[in-house]
Amino acid sequence: MKGWQISGLARRALCRRHSLQSQQPLGLNAAADKLCIGRSNSSSAAEGIGLLEKDTLPQLREERLETARREALMGGGEARLEKQHSMGKLTSRERLAVLLDEGSFLEAGTFVQHRCNDFGMEKKRIYGDGVVTGSGTINGRQVFVFSQDFTVFGGSLSETHAQKICKILDKAIEVGAPVIGLNDSGGARIQEGVLSLAGYADVFQRNVLASGVVPQISVIMGPCAGGAVYSPALTDFVFMVKGSSNMFVTGPDVVKQVTQEEVTQEELGGPKVHTRKSGVAHGAFDNELDALARIRELVDYLPLSNREHSPRRPTNDSPDRHSASLDHLIPADSNTPYDVLEVLEKIVDGMEIFEIMPDYARNIIVGFARMDGETVGLVANQPLVNAGCLDIDASVKAARFVRFCDCFNIPLVTFVDVPGFLPGVSQEHGGIIRHGAKLLYAYAEATVPKVTVITRKAYGGAYDVMSSKHLRGDCNLAWPSAEIAVMGAKGAAEILYRGKNNIDQAIKEYEEKFNNPYVAASLGYIDDIIRPQDTRARICAELKVLRGKVQENPKKKHSNCPL
Amino acid sequence: MPRSSQLLLSLALKRAARAVSGSRGSSAYVYEFCAASKKVRPCGTGWTREFSSLQQVPAKKLEKVLVANRGEIAVRVMRTAKKLGMKSVAVYSEADANSVHVRFADEAVFVGPAPSVKSYLNVDAILSAIRATNADCVHPGYGFLSENASFVERLEALGVTFVGPTASAIAAMGDKIESKRLAKEAGVNTIPGCQDVITDEEHAAKIAKDVGFPVMLKASAGGGGKGMRIAWNEAETKEAFRLCHAEALSSFADGRIFIERYIEHPRHIEIQVIGDAHGNVIYMPERECSIQRRNQKVIEEAPSVFLDKETRRAMGEQAVALAKAVQYQSSGDETFMLHNHGDDQMTGRRLSLSRLLITDLHLQRKIGWLTIWVFFAGTVEFLVDKFRRFYFLEMNTRLQVEHPVTECITGLDIVELMMKVARGEKLEITQERAAEIHGWAMEARVYAEDPCRNFLPMSGRLRQYSEPVARSSQETVRVDSGVEEGSEISIYYDPMISKVATWGPQRSSALNSLESALDRYIIRGPVHNIPFLRSIIADTDFAKGDISTKFIQDHYPGGWKPPALTSQQQEDLLALMALLYVSQKPPQLTKVGVARGSSWLTDLVISVGSVDHMVSVTSRPGEDPQELLLEVDVNNKTKDVIKQSIKPWAMDAIVDGKLLNCQLLKRLPRGFKILYQGSELEVLVQTPLQASLSKYMKPPVEEDFSKVLRAPMTGSLISVAVTAGQEVQPGDELAILEAMKMRNVLRADHSGKVKVVVAEEGTTLPADEVILEFE
Repeated sequence: MKGWQISGLARRALCRRHSLQSQQPLGLNAAADKLCIGRSNSSSAAEGIGLLEKDTLPQLREERLETARREALMGGGEARLEKQHSMGKLTSRERLAVLLDEGSFLEAGTFVQHRCNDFGMEKKRIYGDGVVTGSGTINGRQVFVFSQDFTVFGGSLSETHAQKICKILDKAIEVGAPVIGLNDSGGARIQEGVLSLAGYADVFQRNVLASGVVPQISVIMGPCAGGAVYSPALTDFVFMVKGSSNMFVTGPDVVKQVTQEEVTQEELGGPKVHTRKSGVAHGAFDNELDALARIRELVDYLPLSNREHSPRRPTNDSPDRHSASLDHLIPADSNTPYDVLEVLEKIVDGMEIFEIMPDYARNIIVGFARMDGETVGLVANQPLVNAGCLDIDASVKAARFVRFCDCFNIPLVTFVDVPGFLPGVSQEHGGIIRHGAKLLYAYAEATVPKVTVITRKAYGGAYDVMSSKHLRGDCNLAWPSAEIAVMGAKGAAEILYRGKNNIDQAIKEYEEKFNNPYVAASLGYIDDIIRPQDTRARICAELKVLRGKVQENPKKKHSNCPL
Repeated sequence: MPRSSQLLLSLALKRAARAVSGSRGSSAYVYEFCAASKKVRPCGTGWTREFSSLQQVPAKKLEKVLVANRGEIAVRVMRTAKKLGMKSVAVYSEADANSVHVRFADEAVFVGPAPSVKSYLNVDAILSAIRATNADCVHPGYGFLSENASFVERLEALGVTFVGPTASAIAAMGDKIESKRLAKEAGVNTIPGCQDVITDEEHAAKIAKDVGFPVMLKASAGGGGKGMRIAWNEAETKEAFRLCHAEALSSFADGRIFIERYIEHPRHIEIQVIGDAHGNVIYMPERECSIQRRNQKVIEEAPSVFLDKETRRAMGEQAVALAKAVQYQSSGDETFMLHNHGDDQMTGRRLSLSRLLITDLHLQRKIGWLTIWVFFAGTVEFLVDKFRRFYFLEMNTRLQVEHPVTECITGLDIVELMMKVARGEKLEITQERAAEIHGWAMEARVYAEDPCRNFLPMSGRLRQYSEPVARSSQETVRVDSGVEEGSEISIYYDPMISKVATWGPQRSSALNSLESALDRYIIRGPVHNIPFLRSIIADTDFAKGDISTKFIQDHYPGGWKPPALTSQQQEDLLALMALLYVSQKPPQLTKVGVARGSSWLTDLVISVGSVDHMVSVTSRPGEDPQELLLEVDVNNKTKDVIKQSIKPWAMDAIVDGKLLNCQLLKRLPRGFKILYQGSELEVLVQTPLQASLSKYMKPPVEEDFSKVLRAPMTGSLISVAVTAGQEVQPGDELAILEAMKMRNVLRADHSGKVKVVVAEEGTTLPADEVILEFE
């Protein structure tokens, strides 16, 4: 018992040290102390020894290491670190400390310096050269990380800076562990010229090689402009931080020169634009701490590499849980929308879903969740938005997500309530044919377990696209409210009985025949018709059956998805 | 014959005479009757009648009840019908096709579109439902047709029993002035006052002295608090008269003022009575419904902390007296009907013989009336002042919303009694039995309304819904509801979700149970008033029973705001949050904290309402590895925490021996949004490192919301729900756009004021066309 009390006191002392109520902010040196990971001795201990015995060789060596490390930890110096804080941003090392499990970070390349001798750069060499790289764990699982340091040359990318990132990417591919990049960089190191551009390309090349091998996640935590944007763009997920991040290929000044458009950085490439309009970013968070906490959650859903499966997270949410309320979810009037997110929440473990691109193409929902402890990729038409139709944005959003899941052995669970592809001149001229084909392609190509539930409408070509039996769906289920047809009854009857009087009768006939899942089920296109309340239990059981699924596509160099 | 009985008699005669001369030929009644002689004599404060050679019509069988209502009360009535072996018939509107009461009934009949005028108030549709299902009686519940005299008349014409009073009793009690007069005549206390117009200051002072201070002076034409003044003595009365008179003249151009006793901080206490068709009327123990908001009852309890035995009995007896007077008076009209169709034109139609028919034709011919007792359940409402003087307020001739509290403490089923007297059965229970009080009951009305937005009614689907159940056999929790998970709280009807009633041997235990029941009540979807209810019952004045009808306006003068946590609540909450955090992020896994053999310790910083608290958590090894036992150091106190259950929507834990509950509304990146003892809070749970860095985080960027609402896609604009100048809140419906044959509800994603509605309803809009603009 005594041991407990002592440790309790120690803990309180620790608490006091981090006390937020204390008026003195945590000094940067103290912060550096805290964040200095993998170091054996404290400087005060070294000084104590120094008093007794001076000038011994080991002592000198230790002092030198100590000094160098301290310097490295201070990045661009106290003033710049303060500035970073005043902008609502954390320092590169603070970010890693929050992202990774406490004490797990192993740094590589602490003492790397640039080799540039032009434009006075030879006088300015800083340890680390603007990026902190290494490995660590998230919930005990291995990841590789790099975190650009805006306080060092504005986080600009030099030859050596790029080499550090490349080294991490190479290691990650070899080891088979995700890479998380925290981007906060002013762009290319202009002083280095083409060396810097080469550096970017080297990183791009590795991003591409790592693609589909290990998950790559980018978090934009500051500026990200010019060539720098393409490394995040090549990764699997791009997240942004509201209020402090932006991404664009050419900035507002150039835009103004070229097109006379006046636009702010935020309007041009802020998180709002990229999460809602351009679809460049997969999500945005209120601040850096929230972003890093959520990235930890996301990583927990993903396998370390394409060689592995996602981690199982035991749940006390029974796979047999029934949700009786789903039986009454589908409105009597088939033109009345309902929120498919409610269906998803009620069928997954613990009602938890990590939505990807929640604000973009909201007519389709994609995201990760767990069922019976195993990660699944959810894709669902959202009838609340634009009737849940497939348009260009929705097709592209879902296609990329489906392909990610297929890369990383994550089973796909698809909920279908789709009235069809969105008609319209802008859609046709925008290439809905080409973009819609992406989703079709992604589902057809995918070899992971595919479970599909048709809740209501599955009309026309969209029926085929949405993980149908015909695209190697493993288990295709339907609710009794399912309507599987070429089109809605009214439209169909009007074509079939054009110019005839008994349209109403024809509509009724068509409804009776196709406004139900039985025709499709009799053909074997639907494996079973289930009560909505049994959906969770059934999907969990089916996924268990499919756990050992092996399916190979014909051997090829790589596929040629309609880009 | 005392004055009051003479009055009654003359009243009945007058009514009969009026009725004969009137043109009420629409009622067609043929009574079966048998001879009886009648004597009237006063007895005690009430009335009883003695019959000689009384022959009764045998009690009739009621086999199928149509419940002309929806929601919880429909389910409530059907439950008793089932118990009595009766079949039940539900009626439903378009909006209720899928609702619980429809599925609960043996049969259900569609009666019309969603608006109640077209469905639940649609007498024709309900009558045809009765015919279609051959229901032999109708229970109206409360609201809708429960006090609709013409509906009752039509039922009578159809020969269908109405489980409630006669049309005339409804009419009598529905009229405030008439009911007051009747009460006065029946010897029931009414608020002392003078309805005469006051001529001058002296006159006012004299009347005020007669009435007794304090008095309230009211302008006859007044309303909305204008022209109203309270005076505590003569001098004040004179001044008040002057001011009131002037104010009334200037505001209403009508200077008439009257005076009545002002009842300071009154309590609302009511008595349930039930009468059978044999002239028996009994009263039950009182209900106190003082907690009201704008005359809407919010919390009810039975009995009242305030009444003593004598007052209770006096109120009960006066209530019975009034009930009998109502019965008596009702018979006046019935008499006329009998009298009127002495000719045979109505032959072939029979009145449902729920009415007891005793007549003396000679007497009838002589004086024009005969005695017909009516059965009914009713409630006599009183205002009670601080001296326990009580005054008649009004009488309701239906089943009250708050009847469960009376049922809880009497063990009686009021609906069952209603059904039985409707069958013509005699009340079997004695007055002594009915007035017995067993324990204490409390009830809270749970509404879909936003207490923070001036109780704006809310609607929408109950995405998640789970009613609380008793935690132990010692506890009784009764939830009367007509909804389930997935039900829709419709904009067309009263937004009440349910009534939560609890029972305990003492008031404190009932109160305790109610607190816990409300805490464990899971409602997700529409905003609800549980935080408001919870804060009322947690109030120390409420706990003491120190309440009045002014409670809510006194305690929440500027409107209700969520109360702050007490330090005890806060410490318990910190312990709960620490448990929640470590249960979701095991430190062994995340390497947060220090492992010590089989246990570990970790430090957390938990922020509630932007105040940070340092919390140290130590795990204690338990016998069961599933068990989670923690010691949580909060404010230098060590709390023992034992996990009971943690679900995605709620958690239970024992903190220092106390069972605590907390609802989880949403997971935040670094914490939780919770509902804890009625307080909705955002709690940050961070590691010391996160906490030390959080000072650098800037508050969330205000989104640059667009000033216009655009059509998200090509479609036709079905409706616009707002008008220029209207304030909207996030989530409010703005417009409905039909596209892809689907109705898309466009909702406000931020608050603001509508500047102008640009698009016209019914037009087809291309994508991105402006529908309306905000200011």
